[in-house]
Amino acid sequence: MNQYLDILNELFREVLDNESIDLKPETTANDIDEWDSINHIYLVVEIEKKFNIKFKSSQILEWKNVGEIIESIQDKK
Amino acid sequence: MNLNLSYRELHKLAKDLPRANNAIKIAVLGNHTTNFFCKALENHLLLAGYDPSIFEGDYDQIDMTLIDESSQLYNFNPEFVIVFESTLTIKDNFYAIKSNLDRSQYYKQLSNKAKSRVSHLKNNNCNAKIIYLSYELIDDALYGNLFSKIPHSFYNQLWKANNALINISENENSFYLFDINKHLSGTTNHRDWPAYINSDLHYSIDTFAELSYHVTLFLKALKGNFKKCLILDLDNTIWGGIIGDDGIDNIQVGALGIGKAFTKLQKWVKELKDRGIIISVCSKNNEDVAKTPFLEHSEMILKLEDISVFVANWNNKADNIRYIQEVLNIGFDSMVFIDDNPAERDIVKQSLPLVTVPDLPEDPALYLPYLSSLNLFETASYSDNDKDRTLQYQQEAERRKSITSVTNMDDYLKSLEMVGTIESFKVEDIPRIAQLTQRSNQFNLRTKRYTDEDITRFKNSDNYLTYSIKLKDKFGDYGLISVVILKKINKTTFFIDTWIMSCRVLKRGVEFFALNKIVKDLLNSNISILTGEYLETQKNHLVSDLLDNLSFSKIDEGFKYKLELNHFNPIKNHIS
Repeated sequence: MNQYLDILNELFREVLDNESIDLKPETTANDIDEWDSINHIYLVVEIEKKFNIKFKSSQILEWKNVGEIIESIQDKK
Repeated sequence: MNLNLSYRELHKLAKDLPRANNAIKIAVLGNHTTNFFCKALENHLLLAGYDPSIFEGDYDQIDMTLIDESSQLYNFNPEFVIVFESTLTIKDNFYAIKSNLDRSQYYKQLSNKAKSRVSHLKNNNCNAKIIYLSYELIDDALYGNLFSKIPHSFYNQLWKANNALINISENENSFYLFDINKHLSGTTNHRDWPAYINSDLHYSIDTFAELSYHVTLFLKALKGNFKKCLILDLDNTIWGGIIGDDGIDNIQVGALGIGKAFTKLQKWVKELKDRGIIISVCSKNNEDVAKTPFLEHSEMILKLEDISVFVANWNNKADNIRYIQEVLNIGFDSMVFIDDNPAERDIVKQSLPLVTVPDLPEDPALYLPYLSSLNLFETASYSDNDKDRTLQYQQEAERRKSITSVTNMDDYLKSLEMVGTIESFKVEDIPRIAQLTQRSNQFNLRTKRYTDEDITRFKNSDNYLTYSIKLKDKFGDYGLISVVILKKINKTTFFIDTWIMSCRVLKRGVEFFALNKIVKDLLNSNISILTGEYLETQKNHLVSDLLDNLSFSKIDEGFKYKLELNHFNPIKNHIS
């Protein structure tokens, strides 16, 4: 879990241009200003590339927080 | 700039880039989510040295934005309007049409829409150029290959719509078609279907990055920044083998084996030359040996008369390219150097970073496909005049040789026996005049870029006085090489809107010849004051003191000038 969280944290910082991001499993889009619907698309693409996976549409639509993203990644790995 | 940057790499590279003093204003109007396209375009323009401002139209409101005279678009006043419609959205609109008869006429709807968009811009006094993306040819898989016989099939309509857009472009100067299909055909996975379904993302973000790279190249060309010269290495670049070692009978060019690859490259170069690209040679060879294949090999496509500057010696290639640049008098950033040898390429890249030096693949069979994929020769204008350039540059090389034999500049200029003509714009010169405003970067007082339409407007307006200047000398005819456009301020005062000159006739006194005639002309029309200004760019330092040299006086500390025509003394020159 933690290993994925670190990788995601680095990715979020770069994609969202915000070095102060500190992700936790319970972090949601509401907690980070830059995490809007457009950047969400960007994040999904880059997460898929990073872990060389493809999420299912249903997964992307259901995520409520970072923890659930990580669960999806673990599912696919 | 780099073709293969992903969206994220591009984002990272452009992030901390300082903004150059080189503004470009672009509006993007689309019928789908264009955020990523806009962002990638902004980043590519930053990498290309521009300071971009991008106006992104509201989602799927192309026509509303264009019709509404009070829309933010017109407030923004773009130089370019990019219309980017996704075929996926178009498909939904198409399926909403019930009758097959109406469906078979759908392409007309699309082309009429395009035409009315052009008129909306004009009606709202917007001089922006429109860059219209062609429709992506998506087969909806209903009729298979029978589509061409079924006028109401969607795929059939898309082909017709793209053809109709070409027709508009041929007839409408401010309308340019950007073909999306050729750029998509090289990419796999250009669409991320789940992202389309979930987020209305019509292309993958990396595809947006790639498209915006090509749009940036096109914008650069439209802004006057494009490639003018192709410099070729010889051995193993335009023929196989080494002429000095292998001899004329053993180099590979022609119909056999790998020779075919070199022949195809040469054919492309020949076509480029006919389009107006200057071809030069830069080779490590003895000059007479290097020239033998051009003279004696029956299967060579390129001939000596195709080459403007032929440099074959054992000097450093960077120095030789500097020499070519001097003879041609064009910017390093408008030159492309092709060489099979990575070490030679590296020397040139290191010493002349502005020259484009493609990393040729090792296999000659891949030379041409690779070079084509780079899309190096985007251009914004074409005129028949382009065809004559090689001869003009060869004449220039001759003139250079004769300079060395004359010690005094005055004597040299006299010996050229120059004859100039100056006249108001003529209809047949309009494309050449517009082209000069697009191309000239160095001898260009205010760097205003104009289209054929603009030039026609100046020509026909009472508020403008227009002058085009032609020059010949004993070595040849330069054709139309300078343009001056004066704008009326009031009854007695005109302002220099444009003063440009081709650098091929630098230091010949053309500007003195022109001003003498212009002042005479103005005085005849009871005009007593000519004002002017120098607008600085990164490239036009050459004319920072033009108005001083033309005996204008400064109005203030800046670059505003004035000339009292009644006190003007004609300036000496050697043009009759």
